[in-house]
Amino acid sequence: MNIHEYQAKEIFSAFGIPVPRSRVALTADQVERAAKEMGGHCVVKAQIYAGGRGKAGGVKVVHHPEQANDVAKELFGKKLVTSQTGPEGLKVRRILVEEAVEIAREFYVSITLDRQTSRYCLIASAEGGVEIEEVARKTPEKIHVLTIDPFTGLRPYQARKVALALGLTGVVCEDCVELLLNLYKCCVDKDCFLVEINPLVVTKAGWLLAMDGKMAFDDNAVYRHREYPDMMDYSQLDTLEINAGKYDLAYIKLSGNIGCMVNGAGLAMATLDVLKEFGGEPANFLDVGGGATREKVAEAFKIILEDSDVKAVFVNIFGGIMRCDVIAQGIIEAASGVHCALPIVVRMDGSNVEEGKRLLLESGLNVQVGETLGDGARKIVKMLGQEGK
Amino acid sequence: MSILIDKSSRIVVQGITGRSGLFHTQQCRAYGTNIVAGVTPGKGGIHIDGIPVFNTVEEAVRYTSATVSMIFVPPPGAADAILEACDAGLDLAVCITEGIPVRDMVLARAVQEKSRTRLVGPNCPGVITPGQCKLGIMPGYIHKPGKIGVISRSGTLTYEAVKQLTDIGLGQSTCVGIGGDPIIGMKFIDVLELFNNDPQTEAVFMIGEIGGGAEEEAAHWIKGNMEKPVAAFIAGVTAPTGKRMGHAGAIITGGKGKAEDKIRTLQECGVTVATSPTRMGDAMVEALNAAGRHTPKTAAKPAAKKAKK
Repeated sequence: MNIHEYQAKEIFSAFGIPVPRSRVALTADQVERAAKEMGGHCVVKAQIYAGGRGKAGGVKVVHHPEQANDVAKELFGKKLVTSQTGPEGLKVRRILVEEAVEIAREFYVSITLDRQTSRYCLIASAEGGVEIEEVARKTPEKIHVLTIDPFTGLRPYQARKVALALGLTGVVCEDCVELLLNLYKCCVDKDCFLVEINPLVVTKAGWLLAMDGKMAFDDNAVYRHREYPDMMDYSQLDTLEINAGKYDLAYIKLSGNIGCMVNGAGLAMATLDVLKEFGGEPANFLDVGGGATREKVAEAFKIILEDSDVKAVFVNIFGGIMRCDVIAQGIIEAASGVHCALPIVVRMDGSNVEEGKRLLLESGLNVQVGETLGDGARKIVKMLGQEGK
Repeated sequence: MSILIDKSSRIVVQGITGRSGLFHTQQCRAYGTNIVAGVTPGKGGIHIDGIPVFNTVEEAVRYTSATVSMIFVPPPGAADAILEACDAGLDLAVCITEGIPVRDMVLARAVQEKSRTRLVGPNCPGVITPGQCKLGIMPGYIHKPGKIGVISRSGTLTYEAVKQLTDIGLGQSTCVGIGGDPIIGMKFIDVLELFNNDPQTEAVFMIGEIGGGAEEEAAHWIKGNMEKPVAAFIAGVTAPTGKRMGHAGAIITGGKGKAEDKIRTLQECGVTVATSPTRMGDAMVEALNAAGRHTPKTAAKPAAKKAKK
């Protein structure tokens, strides 16, 4: 689960990490008022669930409140497309107005999970800013990575080594040690996958400040943090994705016209791969979970059909222990409920598979049965082609 | 022979009285798995389906000599269940539970690494040695005893691969679902090493997917160490590049994780990669033929055609 920059900064602040003075706004007038408070000269930052905003025109320096208003009017409601959003972009609904700071030096710091070591690690670099990934690729020796022992946590001497490696000295170095320790505490206490400050700056006045903040929570730990669901900004998610989430279904909208329902993420990806191989274009990725149930299958079917781009549906359920006749009933119920006349191909495997197939073929739906994964993909692409003629 | 589990494995089920714990205990038992005990804190002393239930794993081991644990404990207590299995000195813990917080797993993994207990999972379908012992939620009937070792990060995609192998006449020595979570116990390399040393296993099929660098690591290990043919499939060739937050993921993996990169690395390291999920069985046959190993008659046809070209 992701949150906005302004929310991350509120949490940083609570953990003793210094952030610039700022205010979040929902309208252009609010942006103007906030800019006035900051003294006119300030930074206007679009709030979306992705990075790369600066290059995409989502972060602008303004010099007086009216200019802030103009910039805000342009940004609100606009879909920002950055290197991290995907081609469809994300809509701007909130803007952060922040005091302008005179920057002396910029750094990159983050704490994230390293799958290879099964530990959290601290990543820091004296070079980077928006080009950090480029730095990591070309000159990996400039990136400092410290694996954190979960029993001792991050220790002050370790944080000091990192701060010194960034070239900090004296008071600012000790400030940085404290900041890194607080960042680790924040990461663990808040059950994060990622906390990132990019850039962390030293101002000309000699203060350390987190100029940007990104935080991603571990979805599995949401039950420990009652405040998390309320922090969610649903405007940053696709409506169908939100509906799917309510039923614990993993749904991602794609650009094609064949709706897909599969159990298990790996098999779902493989199903998209097969469809493309046979010349089909999937309309979505939808994982109903390894142990598909009748209710989930029915809900998933409704969500697929709500997408008006969908012209055919391919169901691939490797039920295993799940009974295929029960899955078939779920599909029939959902499809008949919404009077679905679209071509459907169902490929099922598991117990009672013959009974499941019989139920589908006798249901009166425009349905065919795929014997194997390849057979199913071939059939749905063919049915879609005939439909078009 | 097989790896990890066989007929002689004595199983304790942690979380046996839960709905899915009990259901899958019954399914595993019906397959022939020797389930000797269950553990549910607070329910020690009862019997469920004739299986004695204990309050702790330590007790279960003392009274039943259990050697392997299968964990169905819900997420909030699952990391603790893993630690308990390690503390009781079991040979292996297979954790099926999906949804364990990462912070809990970081700690559990750090302890487990130093214990004598191997961990498979969490968030995995489990381990099966066909015809001998089924430990997990996979459908038993698609498997067949044989000589192919199977390793996978995925659940249902493994079933698809196993079914293709069985249909083509290739049985399996052991199938291991290592799980899809960011933090897991045994990784590809740990399992490959066991298959390499297992006399029954003649070849290995490996199923990976996009994300992380585990497949690349495995590829390099195979090149340097594996004495048996390996075939693989990587899911997600056509997956769209998703939305993401921040740069840390890209920095730590060095930009790895794409399907094309994984496939190329595997091929460079001598692994036969299935070009489509419909041809996973065929890729295994191809790898066996290339290594000059005997393949079943039903599978000999496509290979023979290829040889003529």
